[in-house]
Amino acid sequence: MFPILNKTKIAPLVDEMTIKAPNIAAHAKAGNFVVLRIHEKGERIPLTIADTDKQAGTITLLFQKIGKTTVELGRMEPGESIRDIAGPLGHPTPITQYGHCVLVGGGIGSATLYPVLKALKDAENKTTIILGARTKELLVWEDKFGALADEMLPTTDDGSSGRKGLVTEALKEVIEKGPVDLVIAVGPIRMMKAVSDLTRPHAIKTIVSLNPVMVEGTGMCGACRVTIGGKTRFACVDGPEFDAHEVDFQELERRLSFYKNEEQQALHLFLRRRKRKVTSNT
Amino acid sequence: MRHRDPLKRKNDFKEVSLGLTEKQADKEAARCLQCKKPHCVSGCPVEVDIPKFISFVKEKDYLGGLKKIREYNMLPAICGRVCPQETQCQGYCILGKKKRPVSIGALERFVADYEATVGRPELPEVNPPNGHKVAVVGSGPAGLTVAADLAKLGYDVTVFEALHEAGGVLTYGIPEFRLPKKIIQREADFVKSLGVKILVNHVIGRTLTVEELFADGFRALFIGVGAGSPKYMGIPGENLNNVYFASEFLTRVNLMKAHKFPAYDTPVKKASQVAVVGAGNVAMDSARTALRLGAKKVYIVYRRTEREMPSRHEEVENAKEEGVEFMFLSNPKEIVGDENGYVKALRCDKMVMCEPDESGRRKPECSGEEFTLDVDQVIMAIGQTSNPILIRSILGLKLWGEGYIVSDKDGRTNLPGMFAGGDITTGAATVISAMGAGKRAARSIDDYIMGRTETTPKTPEPALTS
Ligand SMILES: Cc1cc2nc3c(=O)[nH]c(=O)nc-3n(C[C@H](O)[C@H](O)[C@H](O)COP(=O)(O)OP(=O)(O)OC[C@H]3O[C@@H](n4cnc5c(N)ncnc54)[C@H](O)[C@@H]3O)c2cc1C
Ligand SMILES: Cc1cc2nc3c(=O)[nH]c(=O)nc-3n(C[C@H](O)[C@H](O)[C@H](O)COP(=O)(O)OP(=O)(O)OC[C@H]3O[C@@H](n4cnc5c(N)ncnc54)[C@H](O)[C@@H]3O)c2cc1C
Ligand code: SF4
Ligand code: SF4
Ligand code: FES
Repeated sequence: MFPILNKTKIAPLVDEMTIKAPNIAAHAKAGNFVVLRIHEKGERIPLTIADTDKQAGTITLLFQKIGKTTVELGRMEPGESIRDIAGPLGHPTPITQYGHCVLVGGGIGSATLYPVLKALKDAENKTTIILGARTKELLVWEDKFGALADEMLPTTDDGSSGRKGLVTEALKEVIEKGPVDLVIAVGPIRMMKAVSDLTRPHAIKTIVSLNPVMVEGTGMCGACRVTIGGKTRFACVDGPEFDAHEVDFQELERRLSFYKNEEQQALHLFLRRRKRKVTSNT
Repeated sequence: MRHRDPLKRKNDFKEVSLGLTEKQADKEAARCLQCKKPHCVSGCPVEVDIPKFISFVKEKDYLGGLKKIREYNMLPAICGRVCPQETQCQGYCILGKKKRPVSIGALERFVADYEATVGRPELPEVNPPNGHKVAVVGSGPAGLTVAADLAKLGYDVTVFEALHEAGGVLTYGIPEFRLPKKIIQREADFVKSLGVKILVNHVIGRTLTVEELFADGFRALFIGVGAGSPKYMGIPGENLNNVYFASEFLTRVNLMKAHKFPAYDTPVKKASQVAVVGAGNVAMDSARTALRLGAKKVYIVYRRTEREMPSRHEEVENAKEEGVEFMFLSNPKEIVGDENGYVKALRCDKMVMCEPDESGRRKPECSGEEFTLDVDQVIMAIGQTSNPILIRSILGLKLWGEGYIVSDKDGRTNLPGMFAGGDITTGAATVISAMGAGKRAARSIDDYIMGRTETTPKTPEPALTS
């Protein structure tokens, strides 16, 4: 059992949760994730370790409430416990002194770049972070990033914060301005693909973190397989980060939509049951 | 042995085989000749004293018989159900030469199940604690056996399991209709009752490292992480939607209970026409699971002939009775998708078996003809390879083949204090061979810690190569 110590809402539909998990906290590196199962009947879902406090033995997860499990997780409160958490899983982000690194985050993906940014700073890289969201209040951890990065460029679709437009426009300007040695992009598939298409002609090394459906997360089922440079790879043990220019994004998107009907069914059922419970309580 | 009606059983996940009645068991035991030189024993990888245990059954002392088996085999209720008896013990029984061999597996299962009907198992003698800690990685049959044997000797044993439940393949691979989960639970509880601690959600190499375990006072480490990583053919279309690797398909159902979706949160796709590629136990289990999820038509697609099928004989019979259709001499070459990227057909080469080569093995070869099966789901069950996570984290560990650990027959690896056994040393094998490896490793771990062997092992030869 893994006790929840803290929970805060950081954007509409996005919660931050701090959980006691000393062994995972002690071993987590930038880019790692955990697989958790809320209760006996729950699904195992992967979430990136967004921050750790090794002293306190805690990990912080950020999640977007988009389906049954994340909505249910969002209804759990400090004092309650998560039944199973396994990790840290996945290859850590390769950290060395690259020079100038540009981190591009879209939506919830942004926050999971936080440990990567920290590690790159520690390795004495110059860092630029481009955060993208639809509107101002959907930008996550703007202040935390601002305090750490050398350059911080928020962008919103509606211009309510930072520059108006897509992250790729901001990235294009950064690339035109000066040398960029590494780009790391995390976010929606279309955004990662757009970033990849942008950096390819410049031959800039670009890493993306892929989010296929996973089951156990330890390399034993193949649910998370993705095609990289024409070869099948398991994202949970060979990734989740891969060379963006080699990724078959279209296949990833198609495979992610495979359980759409079941996902909707599960969420509707959950919300309906919850409603009934609430009405019968009052 | 009695089986449930195929037409009924193929609609649910309840156990197919009903085992022997007391009367049948007595009758079966009476058939055993109590051979002076029992061949059956030489066919059993852990050399259960078969005539002896059957002699207890003859006297209706079922618990006595069970106790005898447990001296050799920790998990009789499981082995009685899943051992490939036709090639092991029963395959060697002298009666088999003329007529039907003694149903040793069924008797083994009978005495184990009998115990469950009369209450709690009798605990074997456990030595007083000797103060030495041993870590076991993986809670499959190999790990559980090492743990139990060492606990009996007085060791303080902790089993670390990556998943949220113990049992290894027994839990996430073999379906409920063949091995009910409550039986695995019963056997795991028995191991725990000997004082063994089982910690789930511990991915060794990640959650804790091997160095940390040694630093924490563990004197020896047993690696029983299995061979669970799925293989694939590399043919076009393998990543289409509704192509499952058998491991995922079975894990969703067995571990995550996806057949009970939406009462359980994990879904699994139900299909109407399913092709399962392969003909081992994993393929049979996948095919019969697909039927139970409601498929109208399930094919087993196998490139060799019926004779070469590696799965347990009884399960092939069961699958046939349930209506699974076998396509022999058929080798998939492409999975065809529709415009949305979903499976719509499987294209195969028709094969012919060649004359045996120098080694005596017959190989399938393309006949030049091909055919297409209209299916909406394909399950790949062509084998598994080593689990990578822990292996990758240990520097200097000697490996062979596709990442299997080199160990000698007593489970010693090339590194001091590190032992290994089960599928991770041999490649995918059987429950009983994993247990046998566990038993031998327990003995050599005891020798090692008690200082009866040299501490730095010689580089061992591979226990098996394939
Ligand atoms: C390595 C890895 C790290 C991840 N880290 C985070 C994280 O830090 N924070 C976070 O909020 N999410 C993260 N995800 C995604 C997260 O696992 C999914 O959002 C979650 O499984 C959804 O579960 P659900 O039951 O709530 O929704 P579901 O009912 O499963 O899905 C609802 C909707 O989300 C989409 N979806 C399903 N699975 C995924 C997925 N894997 N990625 C993206 N969309 C998906 C579906 O298409 C559907 O539209 C990560 C995924 C991976 C593979
Ligand atoms: C579907 C299927 C059907 C089968 N049917 C039969 C049958 O009828 N008869 C038969 O005799 N055999 C059968 N087998 C084969 C048999 O199950 C295996 O040979 C046997 O389970 C191997 O045992 P093991 O202890 O070596 O490993 P496993 O049973 O594979 O157990 C290994 C365990 O280690 C865990 N692990 C892996 N890495 C780590 C880590 N880093 N840290 C912690 N834990 C870890 C895994 O999660 C797993 O639980 C079948 C196999 C399958 C897949
Ligand atoms: S353990 Fe398996 S092979 Fe040995 S006697 Fe029992 S059923 Fe036969
Ligand atoms: S070989 Fe057959 S008849 Fe002889 S002891 Fe074994 S089981 Fe009995
Ligand atoms: S999630 Fe099962 S192999 Fe990656």
